[in-house]
Amino acid sequence: MSAYAFNGMQIAHDEEGYLTDIAEWTPELAELIAKSENIALTPEHWEVVNFLRDYYEEYQIAPAVRILMKEMTKKYGKEKGDQKYLYGLFPYGPAKQACKIAGLPKPTGCV
Amino acid sequence: MAERPKKTFLYLNRKAPYGTIYALESLEVVLIGAAFEQDVSLAFLDDGVFQIVEGQDASALGMKNFSKTYRALGDFEVRKLYVERESLAERGLSEADLMPIMWEDEDEDYAEKPSIRLVDRSEMTRLIGAADVVLSF
Repeated sequence: MSAYAFNGMQIAHDEEGYLTDIAEWTPELAELIAKSENIALTPEHWEVVNFLRDYYEEYQIAPAVRILMKEMTKKYGKEKGDQKYLYGLFPYGPAKQACKIAGLPKPTGCV
Repeated sequence: MAERPKKTFLYLNRKAPYGTIYALESLEVVLIGAAFEQDVSLAFLDDGVFQIVEGQDASALGMKNFSKTYRALGDFEVRKLYVERESLAERGLSEADLMPIMWEDEDEDYAEKPSIRLVDRSEMTRLIGAADVVLSF
């Protein structure tokens, strides 16, 4: 089992970097995970990360990218639900990579 | 890519939500399968009706309360949840005991519409017979 070294603690993650215990997530830890993914979090990134966390809180699942696009469009407008925009923020997949940073499990339907 | 005719998929849910893995597995398969844009319906009968009862508390079981996830089905364009009336009645339940599960109609400014449809046993039999693919959990 691998782990993120964070504030003197070891936060366990799976072989792909998703947190083992989602309760261990903090915004500071998100910064660290993002760094390991070569992403510097901007307010635009946080918008997506926070959206995913809210969605998970409400439905207990992480949405697939198609759902993310649809729901971001509904909430923030067409340009924010745009595939290119989202891939620009999270090059390895807006749902997949953003969920990792948000401390959530890998989205259902992602392989 | 050539447009292939859509098949109708019906997922039968007949078991109580906790105690076995069937209900959660069914839900996951539905969510994954929804990506293939087929015509998907869910049916709840026998103890399966308990899966969508409102106010579930799984905390004592050490399991995630996944009942909230049924409410996301509308986002995945799964909008037909058939519930057998007799199965509810035999368990002392009525439609009022079920979670409100809605889908949003984008063509009508995201108006919320109910996904749950109560059907009697004979109609359920007809639905099962009419589906191209039936997956039983």
